[in-house]
Amino acid sequence: MKLKVNKQDKSYEGDAQMPLMWYLRDELGLTGTKFGCGTGLCGACTVHVDGKAVRSCVTPMADVSGKAVTTIEGLSADGNHPVQKAWRAENVPQCGYCQPGQIMNAAALIAQNKNPSDAQILEGMQGNICRCGCYQRIFAAIKAAAKEA
Amino acid sequence: MSFEKFQERPLIKNVSRRDVLKGIASTGGLVIAAQFLPSMTMADGGHVNQYKTGADGMPGGVVWDPHVYVSIAPDGTVTIVAHRSEMGTGSRTSLPMIVADEMEADWSKVKIVQAPGNEPKYGNQDTDGSRSVRHFIQPMRWCGAATRAMLEQAAAVKFACSNMEVRAENHKVVHIPSGKSVGYGELAQIAAGLKTPALSTIVLKDPKQFRYIGKGNVQITDLRDITTGKAVYAQDVRVDGMKYAVVERPPVVGGKAVKWDEAAAMKVPGVVKVVAINPTPMPAKFAPLGGVAVVANSTYAALKGRAALNVQWDDGPNKVYDSDKFKQQMAETAKKPGKVERNEGDFDKAIAGADKVVEREYYVPHFSHATMEPPAAVVKVNGDKAEVWACVQSPGGTRGDVAKTLGIPEDNVTVNVTLLGGGFGRKSKCDFALEAAILSKAMGGTPVKVVWTREDDIQHAFYHSVSYQHVTAGIDKNKKVVAWRQRSVSPSLMSNFMPDPKRESALELGLGLIDTPFNVPNLRLETGEAVAHTRIGWFRSVNNIPHAFAMQSMIAELAAELGRDQKDFLLEMIGPARIVDPRKSVTSELWNYGDPFETYPIDTGRMRAVVEKAAKEAGWGKQLPKGEGMGIAVQRCFQTYVCSVVHVKVDAKGNVEVPRVDTAIDCGFHVNPERIKSQIEGAAVMGLSIAKMTQITFKNGRVQQSNFHDYPVLRIGQGAMSVNTYIMPHPPEVPAAGVGEPGVPPFAPAFCNAIFNATGKRIRNLPLGDQLSA
Repeated sequence: MKLKVNKQDKSYEGDAQMPLMWYLRDELGLTGTKFGCGTGLCGACTVHVDGKAVRSCVTPMADVSGKAVTTIEGLSADGNHPVQKAWRAENVPQCGYCQPGQIMNAAALIAQNKNPSDAQILEGMQGNICRCGCYQRIFAAIKAAAKEA
Repeated sequence: MSFEKFQERPLIKNVSRRDVLKGIASTGGLVIAAQFLPSMTMADGGHVNQYKTGADGMPGGVVWDPHVYVSIAPDGTVTIVAHRSEMGTGSRTSLPMIVADEMEADWSKVKIVQAPGNEPKYGNQDTDGSRSVRHFIQPMRWCGAATRAMLEQAAAVKFACSNMEVRAENHKVVHIPSGKSVGYGELAQIAAGLKTPALSTIVLKDPKQFRYIGKGNVQITDLRDITTGKAVYAQDVRVDGMKYAVVERPPVVGGKAVKWDEAAAMKVPGVVKVVAINPTPMPAKFAPLGGVAVVANSTYAALKGRAALNVQWDDGPNKVYDSDKFKQQMAETAKKPGKVERNEGDFDKAIAGADKVVEREYYVPHFSHATMEPPAAVVKVNGDKAEVWACVQSPGGTRGDVAKTLGIPEDNVTVNVTLLGGGFGRKSKCDFALEAAILSKAMGGTPVKVVWTREDDIQHAFYHSVSYQHVTAGIDKNKKVVAWRQRSVSPSLMSNFMPDPKRESALELGLGLIDTPFNVPNLRLETGEAVAHTRIGWFRSVNNIPHAFAMQSMIAELAAELGRDQKDFLLEMIGPARIVDPRKSVTSELWNYGDPFETYPIDTGRMRAVVEKAAKEAGWGKQLPKGEGMGIAVQRCFQTYVCSVVHVKVDAKGNVEVPRVDTAIDCGFHVNPERIKSQIEGAAVMGLSIAKMTQITFKNGRVQQSNFHDYPVLRIGQGAMSVNTYIMPHPPEVPAAGVGEPGVPPFAPAFCNAIFNATGKRIRNLPLGDQLSA
C-alpha cells in the first residue's frame, strides 16, 4: 500500500492489521509518536491522518492506505507551530512523554475550531492523559495558541 | 520563628570577596587588600556555607570536583554534567543551573550532558526520595564556585597579575585595574590544567548576585526537544541490530510458568526466539518476576508471539491474596494492641479519664505508578561487558544489579540514562533492565529491547502499599485532645529485601507516623503485622500518603466533634512554634529521611506558617454557597512543610468538582520556583487521582486492573485546574528540602475534609469512587 508520512511517499507491504504506531516507531524510527497504552485510552500516540487527530496505536495500517500521516516530527518544519510555541511559553512539560500526543491533539483541535470555548478545549483534550499533571498549563497553552493561530 | 533559630546557629559566614574587590577597584588598594583577605579566610576557617545532609551516607556520596562536572570548549561553550535522572521534576536543569550561576556562566552558552551510571565518579545518582536539590545544592555550588576560582586563576596567569586583580563576570574574567577581559573559552586550557581548590578556600556568591538561582528564569533544557518529538526516552532507543522483546510474567508474584506453546509463538512471522526467565523467590530485590519472553524483529511481532504462548502457571502461595479479605484482616489486626513504636505520657490512663473518646478507621488501597512511559530498556551484552540504555532512577544501582545478573565486573557495565517518561518511584526498580540483560545474553549478545506494555506496567508493578490506620483519641472536659493512639497496619516495602518483615520499617514509620509533631501529651503509635503478598514499592511520597490521610482526617473529625474550625483546630494540634524531637520517645530509631536531625529538625513554627499562608491565600473562612466547602491538611514530608487548602463543589448527585487548590510550601532555600510550582500543580493532579479514583485490587493473587479503562487516572478538566502555589522564602542558610514528593500527601485529606464541610459526609476509605452517590 501507499501512504504519505510527513509529506514523504512511503510504501508498506507488511501486516495490514499492524497498528500505525509500530510502523512509525519501529520501521520509520519516528519515535516522537509515543507508546502509552496500546488501546486508544491515553493519547500519547496521537498523529494526524488527513488532518484529523487519531490514536495511532489502534489504527491499523489498512486504514491509512492512500492517506497522509503527520507526526510530531512533521507538524512544522522549524518546530515553531503556534501550539509548540505556546507549549514552550507556558513551560507545560514535566517529564514530557505525553506531550507530543497532547500537542498533536491540540493542533488538530485548533485547526478545526479557531476559537474553541473553554468547554470545547477540555472536551477535546479528554483523551490525552498526563500523569505528571500538566493540565492547568496545557489548558493555558491551548488558549494562547488559539489566540495566535 | 524558624529564621531566628537559624540566625542563632553558629554558621560559617559567607564572606563576599566581590565586595572587597569592589573596594579595591575604587581605591586601588591592592596590596592592602591582598594582605587582608587571606587573614580573613584563616580566621573564618573557610567561606563555605556548610550544613550536613545525608548525602555523604548514600552510595557514592558527594562529588563536586569541576574536573568531573564541568568542561569548557575553546569557543566558550560550557558543558555541565547532569548526574541524576530526569523524570519530570526538572533536576537535570536545576542542578547544572546551580553550577552555572556560581561559576558566572552565561546560561545561553551552557550545554548539559547526562552522566552514565557511575557513582564512584559522580557521587550518588539515586534519583529518589526528593533528594536531588536537597543533597546536591551545596556540592553543585562548591563545584561552580571552584570553577570560577580556577578561571580567575587562569586569567591571572594570562594577565600576569595577582588573582585578587581579576573577577569572573558573566562568562568572562575582567582584569580590574585595566578593565580588559578574557572569555571563558580562552581560559579553558589553562584552567583545565589547574588543581581544584580546597573546599575551605572556596568563596560562594552573595545571593544578591544570583542570576538564575531562585529566579525561575531558566526553562528546562529539554523543552524544545520535548515539543518537537526529538526527546529520547528508553521506549524510543534504537540500537543497530536490536531485537524487540516482551515478557509474559506470572500473574501471581512468585508464580512459575509450567507449560507454554513455544511452537505457536515461533510460528508468528518475525518471532526469533522464546526464552524462559526463572523467577527469583521473594525477597528478590529488583530481580525479574520471571516468565516467558518472546524475542522478535519488531514490537508488534513480539506482542503477537506472546499472545500465542498460552502459558500455564503454578501460582504458588500468593494466590490467596484477596484485597477485600485482606482489608478485613488488617482491620482486625488494628483492633488489637500492636508493637509500640513511639510512646509519650500514658495513653491508657488518659483515655480512661477522657471526657469523650473518638475512634476512627482509615483505609488507603494499593496504587500503581502508571508512568506515561511504561518501563523499557535496551541491553547489549558483549562477552564480559554490557551496555545498557534505560529509563532508570537509579543508574548506579542498575549498574551493580546488571553486573550481578550477568556475573561480570561492575566496571564493565555502562548504563546510559535516557529521559524518563515519569518515574514516581517505579523506575527506581530496574527489573526491566535486568530482563533485557538476561535476554541479550540468551541471544548471544544481540542487543535486546524489552518493552513493557501498559498492561504489564499495571499488573506487574511494585505497588504502593495498602494501609489500614486505626486512631483512638481522647478529649478532656476542657475540650483538649489529651490522648492519641494510632495503629498502622501495612505490608512493608522491606519485603523486597528481607524475608517477612511483618510490619512497617523505621524508614516507613518515619514517613509521617512516628515523626508526627502534634501536641498531644499522651501519644502512642503502634504497628500491627501484615504480610506482603505482592511486590511493595515506594510511590511518590510513600507512606506519607496513608499516614497523612489518617492523621489529617482525624484532626478534622475532632474539630467537627468539638464544633471547631478545621484550620484553627489544626493549628492548636500543631501547638506553639518549637522543635519537636521524637528521638527520645521512639522505641527503635527515628529515620529522618536519611538526614541529620540537627540540619532538618521537626519545626512546628514552619508548619504553622504554611498552614496560615495557605489558609489566608485561599480565603479560608469566607462564606461559600451550599454544596461547597474548603478543607485543609498539612504534612512534613521529605524535610519540607506543605499545606493545601482544597475547595470542592458537590452537586446533588454526589459529583465532586475541585475548582481551586491553594498550596503553601516551605522547602527551605529554593532553587527553581517555576519547577516547584509545576511539581505542586502535578501533585494536586496525582493527589486528586488518589483521592477520587485510583486503586489496585487483587483477587486470587491477581491484579484486577489492566489499563486506563479500569485503572483511571485524572484527565484534563476533572479538577485541580487552578492550583496556586506559594513558596516560603528563605536564605541559602536554611537547608534546601524535597520538592518532588511533598505535594501529594496533604491533598487527599484536604479533599475529604472539604467534602465534609460541603456535605457533612466523612470519607474514610480511599478512593472516593461513588461513595457520595450511594
